[in-house]
Amino acid sequence: MVTKVRRNRDAAAGWLFASPTAVFVVLLFALPLVLVFKMSASRWPLLAGDQGVNFPDNYVKAVENRFFVDSIVFTLKYTFLATVLLLALGLGLALLVQESSRWRNLLRVSFLIPSALGLASASLLFYVLYSPLAGPLAPVMEDLGISFLGTPNMALGSTLFLIVWRYAGFYMLLMLVGLQSVPSEVYEAAHLDGATRWQQFRRVTLPLLRPTLALTTVLCVTGSLLAFEQFYILTKGGPDNSTVSVVQLIYTVAFQGQNDLGVAAALSVIALFALVVINVAQLRAFRYEGT
Amino acid sequence: MRPTIAGVVLRMPYWVFTASLAAIFVFPLAWTAVSSVSPHAGTNQVDGWGFGNYVTLAQYQAGVWRYLFNSAFVSLLTVALTLLVSLLGGYAFARFRFPGRNLLFVATLAILMVPYATLLIPLYVLLDYVGLTNSLVGVALVLTMFQLPFATFMMRISFEAIPRELDEAARVDGCSPFHVLRQVLLPSVKPGLITVGLFAFLAAWNDFMAPLILVNDSDRVTLPLAVANLRGQVQGVVDYGATEAGVVVLALPCAILFLILQRHYVRGFMSGAIKG
Repeated sequence: MVTKVRRNRDAAAGWLFASPTAVFVVLLFALPLVLVFKMSASRWPLLAGDQGVNFPDNYVKAVENRFFVDSIVFTLKYTFLATVLLLALGLGLALLVQESSRWRNLLRVSFLIPSALGLASASLLFYVLYSPLAGPLAPVMEDLGISFLGTPNMALGSTLFLIVWRYAGFYMLLMLVGLQSVPSEVYEAAHLDGATRWQQFRRVTLPLLRPTLALTTVLCVTGSLLAFEQFYILTKGGPDNSTVSVVQLIYTVAFQGQNDLGVAAALSVIALFALVVINVAQLRAFRYEGT
Repeated sequence: MRPTIAGVVLRMPYWVFTASLAAIFVFPLAWTAVSSVSPHAGTNQVDGWGFGNYVTLAQYQAGVWRYLFNSAFVSLLTVALTLLVSLLGGYAFARFRFPGRNLLFVATLAILMVPYATLLIPLYVLLDYVGLTNSLVGVALVLTMFQLPFATFMMRISFEAIPRELDEAARVDGCSPFHVLRQVLLPSVKPGLITVGLFAFLAAWNDFMAPLILVNDSDRVTLPLAVANLRGQVQGVVDYGATEAGVVVLALPCAILFLILQRHYVRGFMSGAIKG
């Protein structure tokens, strides 16, 4: 009897302490998630609000949007490049500063400092840095014919540089955490067996780093697929709409020009499903390779 | 072992390589800080060193103080709400069994799986419905929700790291669960709270998309938006100097907090990696 009363009291206390979390999750997460599905199936202009169900018009309009395919192709291309660059550099930097020394600690801090900046601040910073008028290379840019944001490829490359600058330290930190979980005995054993450094890296470090590589890949792919600030601020989608990301397209449809929240909601739902599918596929791929 | 001269020479390529690598990461920040007070083209400050760019920034539209206040208000409210909600939530998930416990925890973590934009568009409609668009409180509420997956997870493992005997002894002595939390457990989860608070502050101070979508009134935007709007306001001419000044003002609190609280920043990643 006593234990039952105690258990009920515990449940009540638990609910009491969890209730603020529940309020936030229900009102600001679950409810909007339901609403976005309803909006995607309704005519919903920005100012006029709900005008009734029109399914599947918004989805048709979303797919027929003239930037729909382009933005998906561009976002995938950007995601692939950003993920490869950031994981390789993150791991490289982590191996470089893995063992502690005063110099390596200083290196770590310098790699990490850009991570403290917001992505918007970093984008603004590089907006000035790349400027042909005020940037540090401004005096020679014209003579050399460089324009950081002038051509589609340069704009993509310049954005990737900004992203690597901002995030490399962040991924280095995650890789360092993973490297620390590899027991030193394993290296000693490999060393005794006469393994070269490269063999150690291929046969010992990489396999044991698998959970970290899975985590960082999922993080980086998710973040890159949802890229917005770097394109909204730095390239403004240009030149010639060559750098319009999916999220930027959603924002544009919702709040700039078309002001169509219904179509924006349809695009959001498509993005949500795509993200879930891609993440599940990634986690599966890492699991199968592991067995 | 003392380094020999030959050893030092052999290490030279390593020093040069790592030093230039570090320089690439530090240079953009250093250049921006220096150039924000130096005379150069594309700015309102062409003759002599000084704080001319900061004066331009200070006088932009509602004035930089207004935007700084907005940003500080949103950030501090987000930090306070995140700390409160995740402290109580983490305690509940770690120490009590109640119906719906696992469902609520998984739902909280699921916030991470949903794209930011997917939620912000319906949130705009919902907040508009209750009169919270154009409101800094509305922005802080939304930002708190986005912080909850990390914060709740972090606080849950902080509580789980404390031996249960500690609170059970206090409960036997007749303490209520709330008293146990306040007087027995709170000191032990302080490091977790600092990590959660730091991440919440950095995220809220730097957030761009939530205020961009939820705030229309140009007097109520936060600093990142104000600085972004600064470009191309004066007859389409970009004031690069004032933009630099804005970046410095934006980056300074983050860099200082980061340098002071580095240890806690790193712990945020350790916890995620242990369980994840």
